[in-house]
Amino acid sequence: MSGSQWELPPELCCRPMAFVALTGLDVTYNAVHRAIWDAFCANRRADRVPISFKVLAGDHEYPKCRTKRTSYEWYIPKGILKTGWMNKHLNLVPALVVLFYELDWDDPQWKEKQSECATKVEIVRTSLQGRNTKVAVVLIQKKTPLPPGEDLVASERASSLCNACDLSGKSLFVLPHTDHLVGYIIRLENAFYEHAQTYYYTEIRRVKSHKEFLNKTTHQLLFVRHQFKIAFFSELKQDTQNALKYYRTAYSLVHELRAHETNMLEIKTMAGFINYKICRLCFQHNTPLDAIAQFRKHIDLCKKKIGSADLAFEHTAWMSKQFQSFGELFDEAIKLGLTAIQTQNPGFYYQQAACYSQDRKLTAQQLCQAGAVCPIPDPLDTPTGGLDFYGQRAWRQGHQSIDPPDPEKERTGILALQIKERDVPHSELIIALLSNAVAQFKKYKCPRMKSHLMVQMGEEYYHAKDYTKALKLLDYVMCDYRTERWWALLTAILSTALRCSYLMANVKDYMTYCMELLGRASTLKEEQKSRIEKNLLKVLKNEVPDAEPDCEPSGSSAAAALWKDRMALSGSNEFSIEVQDYVPFIQCKARFLAPSFHVDQPIQLQVFLRADCPHPISFNKLSVSLSNQCYNQWCVVEASGQDTMLLTPGETSCFSFNFVAKTQDVGKKIEMTGIELMLGSGRWVFLSWRGAGGDAASAHEALQASRSARPRGPGAGARPEGAWDALTIQHSTMIISRVPKISVQLSHQPPALNNEMYCITLSIQSQEEGVAREVRLTAGLKPGQDANLSQATHVTLDRGQVCDASDPALLPDIPLGDLNPGHKVEQRVYVRCVSTGPRVFLFHVAYSINTSVDGQEIDCNCHKLEPLDRVVVDIPFVLMTDLLSSSPWPLLLHSSSLQLVTMATCTPHPLSQLEQVVLQTGECASECFCLQCPSGAEANGTVATGQYVISWRRESSSLDTPLVHTTVPLPHIPLENIPLYIHAELPSFGRVRETLPVRYHIENRTALVQQVEMAVEPSDAFMFSGLKQVRLHILPGAEQQMLYNYYPLMAGYQSLPQLNISLPRCPATDTHTLRRFLPQRIFVKPQGRELDDASIAAA
Amino acid sequence: MAVCIAVIAKENYPLYIRSVPTQNELKFHYTVHTSLDVVEEKISAAGKAMADQRELYLGLLYPTEDYKVYGYVTNSKVKFVIVVDSSNTSLRDNEIRSMFRKLHNSFTDVMCNPFYNPGDPVQSKVFEGMVSGMMVQVS
Repeated sequence: MSGSQWELPPELCCRPMAFVALTGLDVTYNAVHRAIWDAFCANRRADRVPISFKVLAGDHEYPKCRTKRTSYEWYIPKGILKTGWMNKHLNLVPALVVLFYELDWDDPQWKEKQSECATKVEIVRTSLQGRNTKVAVVLIQKKTPLPPGEDLVASERASSLCNACDLSGKSLFVLPHTDHLVGYIIRLENAFYEHAQTYYYTEIRRVKSHKEFLNKTTHQLLFVRHQFKIAFFSELKQDTQNALKYYRTAYSLVHELRAHETNMLEIKTMAGFINYKICRLCFQHNTPLDAIAQFRKHIDLCKKKIGSADLAFEHTAWMSKQFQSFGELFDEAIKLGLTAIQTQNPGFYYQQAACYSQDRKLTAQQLCQAGAVCPIPDPLDTPTGGLDFYGQRAWRQGHQSIDPPDPEKERTGILALQIKERDVPHSELIIALLSNAVAQFKKYKCPRMKSHLMVQMGEEYYHAKDYTKALKLLDYVMCDYRTERWWALLTAILSTALRCSYLMANVKDYMTYCMELLGRASTLKEEQKSRIEKNLLKVLKNEVPDAEPDCEPSGSSAAAALWKDRMALSGSNEFSIEVQDYVPFIQCKARFLAPSFHVDQPIQLQVFLRADCPHPISFNKLSVSLSNQCYNQWCVVEASGQDTMLLTPGETSCFSFNFVAKTQDVGKKIEMTGIELMLGSGRWVFLSWRGAGGDAASAHEALQASRSARPRGPGAGARPEGAWDALTIQHSTMIISRVPKISVQLSHQPPALNNEMYCITLSIQSQEEGVAREVRLTAGLKPGQDANLSQATHVTLDRGQVCDASDPALLPDIPLGDLNPGHKVEQRVYVRCVSTGPRVFLFHVAYSINTSVDGQEIDCNCHKLEPLDRVVVDIPFVLMTDLLSSSPWPLLLHSSSLQLVTMATCTPHPLSQLEQVVLQTGECASECFCLQCPSGAEANGTVATGQYVISWRRESSSLDTPLVHTTVPLPHIPLENIPLYIHAELPSFGRVRETLPVRYHIENRTALVQQVEMAVEPSDAFMFSGLKQVRLHILPGAEQQMLYNYYPLMAGYQSLPQLNISLPRCPATDTHTLRRFLPQRIFVKPQGRELDDASIAAA
Repeated sequence: MAVCIAVIAKENYPLYIRSVPTQNELKFHYTVHTSLDVVEEKISAAGKAMADQRELYLGLLYPTEDYKVYGYVTNSKVKFVIVVDSSNTSLRDNEIRSMFRKLHNSFTDVMCNPFYNPGDPVQSKVFEGMVSGMMVQVS
């Protein structure tokens, strides 16, 4: 048996195809034959019929057919299935033998050739004696045949050839060697396929016919064999549905066999084969659930059939193979388009296969003694070099009774198998299966399963003594478990990794794993930690550590030698270990005492250290590196002389550092870039933390501590854990400038008004001890605001005149001289804002004292007032201006005036109505002007009205303050001409049930006679007398009057009856445009009370 | 009855794991840990469908040769995992559900304890006792 005896035979795993043998083709020397053969085998795609072709010699010997048994009465089968059977029918016994022969219908030597052909057919027939294999003849012809029935010679000669060769007409084919070779070949192939199917059909019938001769007691094996054969022939016939049916029957029959220790392997082997076929067909039929169900059933049935206890590893090997081959089938189906899901994918089967392989390894280790020697002669050798039946023992082939024939032979046989098993590279098998599974789980989004399998792979590599690969895998997944905080799993992985690194004498890794195993994330027991710490201390002293307890002795002694070599190498005795991403046994947290320090204060920095290991640990040096390396020298603490610094387990040690910042660093951040702790004597190890300490677990602990309801801080001394967790890291601090000892006060009255010369008084008082030299003031608009503001804001120091556009928005560095301690200086600044809106002003005072420069900023806002306007028309109209004061301060209006452009005032010299008026906040001043547009103005355009100028100042300001002139442009007004002007004359109010006379004046303003149609609409509120509807003509320039007597019926504001006017000549002018000239409503007073009074008097 | 019961925090680290002492404890840790793959997937799938009316019981997460793993997720994303022996076929889905409900109630009691800091490992004796009652009794 070969080492891979558990592999499924290839003839089982392939897809069975009808076997057709081609003879009479000389593919080496004859180009025509070569072309024909190529046409048969090239491009065998799915659309071609499934046939496997083989070229055989004309006199090829086919496997001999044994004489058919007529009775099964005395026949006792020796096994279930012969090992050669499948291969025989796939590759050796053809369903059809095709004889190719070059012969044209009009060949001059027809007779001779015909008899030669007949002889060749006879030879083939003889070698197929007893088989049902069909024979067919293909004549290779040079000429294109005529259509059937036209060539009389051909049909006559064809029938004579058939007679001579004893062929039916259906088995004779003609292959003209012309241009359309492939087309002919495909037609030939289809004909062959039909013949092959008939052959397999008869084979199935033949096997089925045996059934009646069998009896249930002695021929149980044959039932299985026959069903398997029928199913296999069905597959060859491409009848997969029936094949599946027969395989299923075969499967249930195989489990009905009487099973005992001697034939268990045979039964399981066959069950495995049949199960494989069933699953394969189910996947092929796209019924994956059936496949999975069958497989589960198979496993459940076979799980407990262990067989001989001495060969228990065989069972696990077989189980592993079952899972593996199902996984492969599943995977293959997925490649062909099946979709798998997270919880049902090939990975699980590979994983289980690996699991059984691990079991196999364990049982093999138990059962196979190391010292055993292979017995001679080897009981596994067979005369043929292989087995006759699948799943049998080499030393008792064909034996079917319950008891082994020879216990001694049995014993040596088992021993030989055990020795063989000993040499199997188990770890390789397991790792291959695991890596298959990893690939699958990666595909189906199972990161944790993947990690778990990688751990198993790592452990397997460890067992296989490939420590480098083991460490690589374990290192890779460790970080996943660490971030997910599964400490128990992490500890287990670390322990394996520690053993690997010990056996490799990898000092750095060994120390790293030790440190993490000693840390608080490790779930190891105290005594184990203690042992590890002792080892670590040894390594730190450059000594050889003790062996890890679970390592095998031979490995440990080799490792000890490696460590000794290491010790001798003095050059590489310094190690730097980045511990930030682990959970090391020394925790470190550092903080600046404040988020910012003034440059004149010393910067304070604290480093906290805490050891989690069981025994105290000493260190030599602690150093902090900062973003500005000049300060590093101040942040080092070093053990002096012999005594080292000691960290007591469970206690927090605090180290404080102070240093003074440099003035260049004002405004900069100082950050801790790293902390380094030096351990060891003889071998030096630098533990380094990036930033300000902390590790993979500390962030979560800090979060938990902050959530905790328990008291923290100074009072939590009883619970040092909580205090440590609550320590927060402050990894950077800001260096800020010295606080200026100077007071700056601004006095002003916001808001500033538009155009006003707004005064801001600034007083600066020194509180410095010494003289403040070179005091300079920067005043004006703060830069960085809207760019337009700098155009609209002007600052000056000169109060005498209104500043204009030439003045800047910001006055920089106004020198104010020196300032003695306690002295005060004042400065006025005038600001003029041309537009409204908030402004931020900057007042910056700078001075020098003892080489430190300081400043201060003050903000102020600026406001102004806003005017409003109205619309006008072209007949006499009123322009009304409303002036609303939004200033919080009272304003004195000095005067106001209109500067008109096209308009004319109706009053010759309009006086300002607002002179000397004082406006309080929110008050409104209105002014009316009656204006008229001269008639010559162009119609249908807009016309500028003019400007409105107001002079004002604050009421509180002194008289000499210049007046502010605010100019408001008045809006443009659209002009239009109208043909008809209408206005109404009516009293200011009416009274219920008293006559209300209304006279309408209608004026024609055109040079044409206008026809006017007028109608008054009825209204609920009024009765009226007058012309309800009228049509009249008005001469150019003339005026028509219409008089109505309205009679109000209701009191209150009432809409007047609507007057509808239309001009048939001028459709553009209608009621709507004219209506605005007419009053719409009138107030109607109720009737007097006199009547009531009279009635009371009468009573 | 269960062979392993675990409570997993929202951030997927274990708050409580208890398994039968006769078998390899580490194996159960791995089983529970790998089952989180399926839990995560189920939560994200359910989250898309309907966030508020989610069924807390996730059902059978995945079957292995030897064990069946069931999952349950509370609204605050704390996960419960129960592992039962595959050979234990008498256990119905309903019984698993009621085990989870009991577990959830008991865990709620733990959370209600003002001295319990959410996110810390569960150390309650009452919870421990309740879990012991649900575990396979080892003689």
